[in-house]
Amino acid sequence: MAEAILEVRDLVKHFPLTQGIIVKKQIGAVKAVDGVSFDLYRGETLGIVGESGCGKSTVAKLLMNLERATSGQVLYKGEDITKLSGRALKAVRRNIQMVFQDPYTSLNPRMTVGDIIGEPFEIHPEVAPKGDRRRKVQDLLDVVGLNPEYINRYPHQFSGGQRQRIGIARGLALNPEIIICDEPVSALDVSVQAQVINLMGRLQKEFDLSYMFIAHDLSIVRHISDRVGVMYLGKMVEIGDDEQIYEHPTHPYTQALLSAVPVPDPESREHRERIILSGDVPSPANPPSGCRFRTRCWKAQDKCATEVPLLAVPERFKGADSPAAHESACHFAEEKDVVGAA
Amino acid sequence: MTTLEKAGPEQTDATRTAPLLEVRDLHVEFHTRDGVAKAVNGVNYSVNAGETLAVLGESGSGKSVTAQAIMGILDMPPGRIPKGEIFFRGQDMLKMSGEERRKIRGQKIAMIFQDALSALNPVLSVGYQLGEMFRVHQGLSKKDAKAKAIELMDRVRIPAAKERVGDYPHQFSGGMRQRIMIAMAMALEPDLIIADEPTTALDVTVQAQVMDLLAELQREMNMGLILITHDLGVVADVADKIAVMYAGRIVETAPVHEIYKAPAHPYTKGLLDSIPRLDQKGQELYAIKGLPPNLLRIPSGCAFNPRCPMAKEVCRTDVPPLAAVSDTRASACHFWKETLDG
Repeated sequence: MAEAILEVRDLVKHFPLTQGIIVKKQIGAVKAVDGVSFDLYRGETLGIVGESGCGKSTVAKLLMNLERATSGQVLYKGEDITKLSGRALKAVRRNIQMVFQDPYTSLNPRMTVGDIIGEPFEIHPEVAPKGDRRRKVQDLLDVVGLNPEYINRYPHQFSGGQRQRIGIARGLALNPEIIICDEPVSALDVSVQAQVINLMGRLQKEFDLSYMFIAHDLSIVRHISDRVGVMYLGKMVEIGDDEQIYEHPTHPYTQALLSAVPVPDPESREHRERIILSGDVPSPANPPSGCRFRTRCWKAQDKCATEVPLLAVPERFKGADSPAAHESACHFAEEKDVVGAA
Repeated sequence: MTTLEKAGPEQTDATRTAPLLEVRDLHVEFHTRDGVAKAVNGVNYSVNAGETLAVLGESGSGKSVTAQAIMGILDMPPGRIPKGEIFFRGQDMLKMSGEERRKIRGQKIAMIFQDALSALNPVLSVGYQLGEMFRVHQGLSKKDAKAKAIELMDRVRIPAAKERVGDYPHQFSGGMRQRIMIAMAMALEPDLIIADEPTTALDVTVQAQVMDLLAELQREMNMGLILITHDLGVVADVADKIAVMYAGRIVETAPVHEIYKAPAHPYTKGLLDSIPRLDQKGQELYAIKGLPPNLLRIPSGCAFNPRCPMAKEVCRTDVPPLAAVSDTRASACHFWKETLDG
């Protein structure tokens, strides 16, 4: 296996819920991320999928240390980022950059494109000496497929897809090793989405980047990812390579999620089996005991309410030379092909 | 002009002669500071009772503006309808008085909006807002209206409707709010429902629940449904026929099964090729080059010609008419034959 560039161990983030204005008393916590572990390997794309409120964006912020972890570790080349601050943190952040979802609010409307993309150089002047910056910014514009002459334009003069390219250029400015993309294409139109996805794929090869790709669109995640992790209510419920997750899912939540995705093929609507989950995602302030998915799961038994299933290769698949032998946090994991892959 | 009819034994001669809704050569423009934006440029489509028409297009294609013109909720000015007819059961709604249109709106044609949170009034309980339909249109008393509201909430399967009828919109989850929007649209048992991106803001598992509910209610009440969306997956799941829009025009219409198998317009083909598939791991995605046109400066000839891989000289000078490809299909491309053959 390739070398792990980022190791996440038991990461926890609880947001306190307080009562009272003068004397604040903690009355509980929103358990946004509750014990998540995974590795990110060099040069790979790890997709993270899940519904809103599952904690995927909080994980992204924790990896950047934009949000302080309650407990757990994020090891970047063996160094725990969650413990760092000041100069040491700044040095690590140079290598981990982020591309945000909304290209309309993540770019400052009063700055020119040149200033936006060049801003990382202000913070890390060692990357590009002052006189060299303008040329560097123009190179970056060229790399992401924008005309280098646009350097003095403002964000409002660009379309959504072009703005996302600007966001990507800014992410690339410091030659990072890891780029964390939080829903980078979900605000874009279909025809523009493909352009941006292709660009990201090309840049990954060119600069040997590791991507952590967070999205709710399972089709796009499959397209771009080498490995995929599925999150539910602050927990990782299943993780494996794309074939394992999409063609041999063993966790009921993954199966339901996949079966709910509309496939752009009217022929499939008759023969495709759909698992329609009942109800909504429970509140992360008061998650169900045991397995968090049990309230919506059709397989749930007494054991699920008392014992938290661990993320591991299920006992029955252990040692088997089958794509079903991957980590899944379910007491009753079994294989089921819901996608009907060709 | 091509009218698509759903083939089927249930169709009587009466419905064949007059579709439930027919839009003919509709034009909508907006007068802005920078000039006249031509949002809709000659749209034709029709819907019969019990039929689902999907209007597919990217942002700015005019799909929502057409719907607003049908509902009569366009802001005029700056909007203007210089030309066109909208027949509802054979009567041109654009020639009606405000009073007459109000009688149709809500009772005969209802609309479901994308963002339920901003479409509902945050300071009134959902029970009050649902009851309003009956108080205003049918003159029911407060008490009877509330009973009706509970009945409706039950019908769209909101659990514990009796207890929740006094709750406010923010106390419901996104999926539940969208159910309330559906309940509101169904309240007066309209003949036609226009759903503008009804599930775009929802998670996939909830999207599946909501689309199922909508389809079931439609079947039950034999309503016409115009589904406005950019999601080719959702279209494949529920639609009977499709109208693809680009730059304010319909570029292709066809029954749903045929269009996915063999598109007859390069734009439709490009869209279908550019979406990643859940059941296939692709390499590079096909990307339509360039950007959707600025509505202030729509390209001459075929509006798609600057982005089209098949564009020839004639495409830059002549606007292609919506030509019949078969009895049930039409394409606005000079080279539809070549496109159809692949």
